[in-house]
Amino acid sequence: MTLTQADIDLEIAAERAAYEKGVAEGAPVEHQPRRDYAPYRSSVLRHPKQPLVAIDTSKDPELVELHSPAFGERDITGIDNDLTRQHSGEPIGERITVSGRLLDRDGRPVRGQLVEIWQANSAGRYAHQREQHDAPLDPNFTGVGRTITDADGGYRFTTIQPGPYPWRNHLNAWRPAHIHFSMFGTAFTQRLVTQMYFPSDPLFPYDPIIQSVTDDAARQRLVATYDHSLSVPEFSMGYHWDIVLDGPAATWIEEGR
Amino acid sequence: MTKIDTSSPQNVLPTPSHTVGPFYGYALPFRGGEDIAPLGHPDTITVHGYVLDGAGDPLPDALVELWGPDPAGHVSTTDGSMRRDPASGDHLGRNGVEFTGWGRIQTDTDGHWYARTLRPGARGGSAPYLSVCVFARGLLVHLFTRIYLPGDDAVLAADPLLTRVGERRDTLIAADEGRGTYRFDIRLQGEGETVFLEFL
Repeated sequence: MTLTQADIDLEIAAERAAYEKGVAEGAPVEHQPRRDYAPYRSSVLRHPKQPLVAIDTSKDPELVELHSPAFGERDITGIDNDLTRQHSGEPIGERITVSGRLLDRDGRPVRGQLVEIWQANSAGRYAHQREQHDAPLDPNFTGVGRTITDADGGYRFTTIQPGPYPWRNHLNAWRPAHIHFSMFGTAFTQRLVTQMYFPSDPLFPYDPIIQSVTDDAARQRLVATYDHSLSVPEFSMGYHWDIVLDGPAATWIEEGR
Repeated sequence: MTKIDTSSPQNVLPTPSHTVGPFYGYALPFRGGEDIAPLGHPDTITVHGYVLDGAGDPLPDALVELWGPDPAGHVSTTDGSMRRDPASGDHLGRNGVEFTGWGRIQTDTDGHWYARTLRPGARGGSAPYLSVCVFARGLLVHLFTRIYLPGDDAVLAADPLLTRVGERRDTLIAADEGRGTYRFDIRLQGEGETVFLEFL
């Protein structure tokens, strides 16, 4: 029998009700999605069933995981953060500016670290050979960018508003428009790959991937804010999105990095 | 609320993780991502294996990142893993001289990955290991594990993590295939499930 949106809606509602009941009874707030979130079918065989083994990093400051790989100016080119200038022509779509700060759990800026993004084009198509969604490719848009955070932890990308696209989790499954982000912190423990969404997307309630974050406040942290001060006159719409890395930071910060 | 007010700690809450999805392949992998060791270095080792799901099937769309110290146990602070050509924008890759300690490998269509890196040295109270971070479509939060190398049983027996995980320690120790090559499969679920870590 074909799996429908109504089936997935019921599963999402059940997961949320169970989570809210747990919190009401004193269970901790969950900031991260669960790895076993069945409404997202691909997770079923791809999550561990044994509990994770906890490492208390305060007991051994020498752990290599408390350091991070280093990235520098030679790992990027000057226009890597402008996805609208990677080809000879102008990409089609609404130009946007996405900017914010990369922070650790103490609110400190993460300086000089790598932020990578990738996304679909304005028609909702990725420039990936295995992507066969029947929407046009844009010869002037690849949808890949990277930058190094500044002294304030700040980053900034100029790109095109991505389109929503269908996928095969269930019949009539559509992903809300999003930009994939990959970040490094001051420690490898802070590694993060996630997706940034746009405000008030009507697809949020139907999407098992964003709904895998069952906590309402946590889910909101994946949604950028429209920020008129970031809009560039005659050019682009502005969105603000700050990112907070989970996990223990390095026990010391290299000044000047 | 995506402007974070850093004036009070209770406002600074983590951004949730999401899966890398199926289409990162033209964005994250880069030329030479798996060739971490400087060319011709005598302490070069090859580590390789499969990433497998709960049905024992290999994942053709997993991404593995490795991070480890040099043979003296020193952690590199050198950038340049993914050097780029300012003229064309293409990836130049590593320069073959400097050791950055970090690499990124996408599994191939058989679910297999490999990397050539330097044999890690010991740090602190641990036996030598490479840190591993695994990403995949279907995996909502990445997973950390470690690759320990076989050979010195006394050192492995004294490692705090290997001691704690009992019989499951074998999932963290690579198999020696000779000629400096080590096999390390990552089983996300089921029989022989790899020990995965969280850091507090």
